[in-house]
Amino acid sequence: MTTRRLFLKSSGLAMFGIGAAPLWLARAADAPSARKKVLVAVFQRGAVDGLNLVVPFGEKSYYELRPTIAIPADTVVSLDGFFGLHPALAPLKPVFDANRLAIIQAVGSPDPTRSHFDAQDYMESGTPGRKATSDGWLNRALPALGDAKKSPVRAVSLGPSLSRAMRGHNDAVAINNLNEFKVQEAGGAATFESMYASTLDAALNNTGRETFDAVKLMQSIQAQPYTAANGAKYPGGRLGQSLMQIARLIKADVGLEVAFTDVGGWDTHVNEAGQLANLLGNFGQALAAFYQDLGDRMEDVAVVTMSEFGRTAKENGNRGTDHGHANVMFAFGGAIRGGKVYGEWPGLGPEQLYENRDLALTTDFRDVLGELVVKHLGNGQLGGVFPGYTQPKFRGLIAG
Amino acid sequence: MRKLLAVSALVLCLGARSPKLSKDEQVVHALNRLTFGPRPGDVEAVRKMGVKKWIDLQLHPERIPENTELAQRLAPLESLRLSQADTERNYPNPQMIRAIAAGRQAMPADPVTRAAVERVVRRFKVKKDEADNAPLEPAIPLEQLLTREQIRTLRTGNVDQKRAVIAAIPEDQMDDVAIALPPGLRLQLLPAVEPALRRKLMLLTAPQQLVAFDLSEGKLYRAILSNRQLEEQLVDFWYNHFNVFLDKGADRYLVPTYEREAIRPHVLGKFRDLLEATAKSPAMLFFLDNWESVGATQPQRGNAKRPVRGLNENYARELMELHTLGVDGGYTQKDVTEVARCFTGWTIRQPREGGDFFYNDKVHDKGAKTVLGVTISAGGGKDDAEKVLDILARHPVTARFISRKLAQRFVADDPPQKLIDKMAKTFRDKNGDIREVMKTMLTSDEFFSQAAYRAKVKTPFEMIVSAVRATGAQVDFAFPLANQIAQLGEPLYRKLEPTGYSDANSEWVNSAALLARMNFALSLAQNKVPGSKLDAALFSGSAADVARQVLFTDAKPETLAAIEKRTANAPVVGLMLGSPDFQRR
Repeated sequence: MTTRRLFLKSSGLAMFGIGAAPLWLARAADAPSARKKVLVAVFQRGAVDGLNLVVPFGEKSYYELRPTIAIPADTVVSLDGFFGLHPALAPLKPVFDANRLAIIQAVGSPDPTRSHFDAQDYMESGTPGRKATSDGWLNRALPALGDAKKSPVRAVSLGPSLSRAMRGHNDAVAINNLNEFKVQEAGGAATFESMYASTLDAALNNTGRETFDAVKLMQSIQAQPYTAANGAKYPGGRLGQSLMQIARLIKADVGLEVAFTDVGGWDTHVNEAGQLANLLGNFGQALAAFYQDLGDRMEDVAVVTMSEFGRTAKENGNRGTDHGHANVMFAFGGAIRGGKVYGEWPGLGPEQLYENRDLALTTDFRDVLGELVVKHLGNGQLGGVFPGYTQPKFRGLIAG
Repeated sequence: MRKLLAVSALVLCLGARSPKLSKDEQVVHALNRLTFGPRPGDVEAVRKMGVKKWIDLQLHPERIPENTELAQRLAPLESLRLSQADTERNYPNPQMIRAIAAGRQAMPADPVTRAAVERVVRRFKVKKDEADNAPLEPAIPLEQLLTREQIRTLRTGNVDQKRAVIAAIPEDQMDDVAIALPPGLRLQLLPAVEPALRRKLMLLTAPQQLVAFDLSEGKLYRAILSNRQLEEQLVDFWYNHFNVFLDKGADRYLVPTYEREAIRPHVLGKFRDLLEATAKSPAMLFFLDNWESVGATQPQRGNAKRPVRGLNENYARELMELHTLGVDGGYTQKDVTEVARCFTGWTIRQPREGGDFFYNDKVHDKGAKTVLGVTISAGGGKDDAEKVLDILARHPVTARFISRKLAQRFVADDPPQKLIDKMAKTFRDKNGDIREVMKTMLTSDEFFSQAAYRAKVKTPFEMIVSAVRATGAQVDFAFPLANQIAQLGEPLYRKLEPTGYSDANSEWVNSAALLARMNFALSLAQNKVPGSKLDAALFSGSAADVARQVLFTDAKPETLAAIEKRTANAPVVGLMLGSPDFQRR
């Protein structure tokens, strides 16, 4: 396998000619550091029904609570004889079997809100119950680095604007589409670049340089049409396309460290069964394609999924579910100790439910994210990432 | 970069000793700060009147005759004038349309809206009744109304060609055509049609979106056209200070009234009035959850549908942290709880009853409270919270916090302490009179110092509006500009956090946003932004001439050198609008 350093020397710099090499690229090529660890966060907006995602088919109450929308025990993809995947998630079973996919049940935010708005906000800021936090956990999760080692694209948020989780003190770039990250009128690019390179306006000069460094990095990527490796097929739709672009950035060795993407539509109050099957089909294919596409590179990558809260344990009068509490998270990647459903199972009996209606919470989402930040990204300053959360309980998702 | 910022902060601290601006610089500086950028002719007009007199006039917007074009542009934006209840009735969301279809909610009263909503409801009914295999739209198919050639032009033609096809459609057939058009094509046609038809096309597609559409268009037209520029700057400032996120549930319908009735009338008035207007606004009560905050004095029975409610501290906290004292304002968690107790019962009527503010004594916490050391005795009611507003509005820490925030907006990111002290003194002496505080700031030496000159990076809203104003571009459809502003990172009315957008330069200087600025600049210059049109012939002079046309001062030599070295054929005015020089004000 080519090292990042080799890649930069052989392809990256050659493309611009050594003289014209962007500063960052030159710095990176000289840096002895190995390939970066990458953390990818996927947000399922709208509160996915975790109980129909990873089904507790071994629990009788589950079927009593959900007479019309429960996933029948004979159709779930059994994981351990008690929990099973929704059948539409079958593409993820091989990842679980390879011990690279970990599932955390009964996990979420301890804040009791059932407002999508507040709960998403809290989960992205990483500070449940505190509205005034202005930056996001993923931005704070970036390990401290000297300026010389910072890639202009170390933090990328897929979509038209910078996601809440990605905002903050560290430079982060919103990219809707890699192919469009450029000055659209080719004639303007060189003039703008020279203007910003020569301006005495320090702040604009600095960001201008970073911008054109990033644009050049993207050019090298844009120049080559992308084909997913290992026969991976990304499904259509936002999530698949976003993950494909993240894979493209990872493989290009341009210094990506954290990425964020999201996918909506999970707010299934009415006629849940059909909608959820469709959404999960797409979701499972997209994640599986990403895993397959990256192949060995998955060793450097961890993906984690989350959603603002779970849904009611009991189905409502419209064959759907309402806003609930605890939910399920996935974590997969080369370093993940998968093949296991983590978290204490609180049960679905009437006295076991949270406020008589929802799955109770046994794992704080910050325990999961925190473990990835510390052991995968190597940022030990957890107090800065999740301020006020001083006693995280790591679940052993990663060895060490 | 951080080091450089520190250096510039140091320079600013010396603000008072920083050399004063020349007369010409003063004119451009005042225009850059009090307006959304100078228009052609503004510099001469202000020079003639005298800067001091002009600033005083801007502080009294009621004395400035308004631009007649503005009234004309605002006229079609109906939702800006409706009550909350009527807004909801006229622009139903998909859920309400279901309720109308099921007969649980009344049709809108306005005939045009009604016809459009009936259409959407019918489509919904047909969709729902899938067994009945009826066509989705029982209308006349498009192919029977227009020729194949016309349909092709509507799909792929340029704006002028599309306009010609629309003009050729007989008036009595226009409704049928509007209905027969597929939703995607309707939205594509928006830049090519008159405002009335534009609204009809949107109503047929997604009625609820008209509210956000009207808000954005209204804000843009006012910023571009109003002669009362400082008032518009302050509406933007105070809305952002008391930020409400448009997309949080009911706030989609509450924000127009909020801006019109709680913010706009008070932007140069008494801070205490502004504070109370926001505290009582349904938009804020909903956004920060106070509407469901109840005292713990009465036992409450909960069930699965309506869990037990209790005290909600969100508004109380933000009231002190963001609206008055500031995060380090010296209040404690205990104060937050006590303020929240004072505000119990400040809630909203049911939407069906108009959704207005109302005080519900039944859920008010009647016990005694202590707020920032002041005792509020037991047995009070609605006035408990009013006393809190008195305490906070009169607090010296509030005077400093508000003064500093205004100075950050109008002077520099890190304004001189001496200026803040002067403003805070005015705030206290004049009982929170915002006009007086503004006057203290805008007539100060610090405001007219070299340290403040071009010290601010334009916000995306300012960048885009100032480009339109500087070039004299004609805007007859402003919404695409709102999309551009979102691309630059400041979606209008959509700052999710109660903090509002930061006024600091660092908020707006990032790679994606900078690229978006350059791309916008070139698009506007080449008339590629739908709805906006500039006269390219006006900008055919030398780079230095064009620079003076849009910057109202000389460009930096480095910028001119880069433009003069250009090899490709990009328009000079576009390069100028995307230059570092134009990003500052």
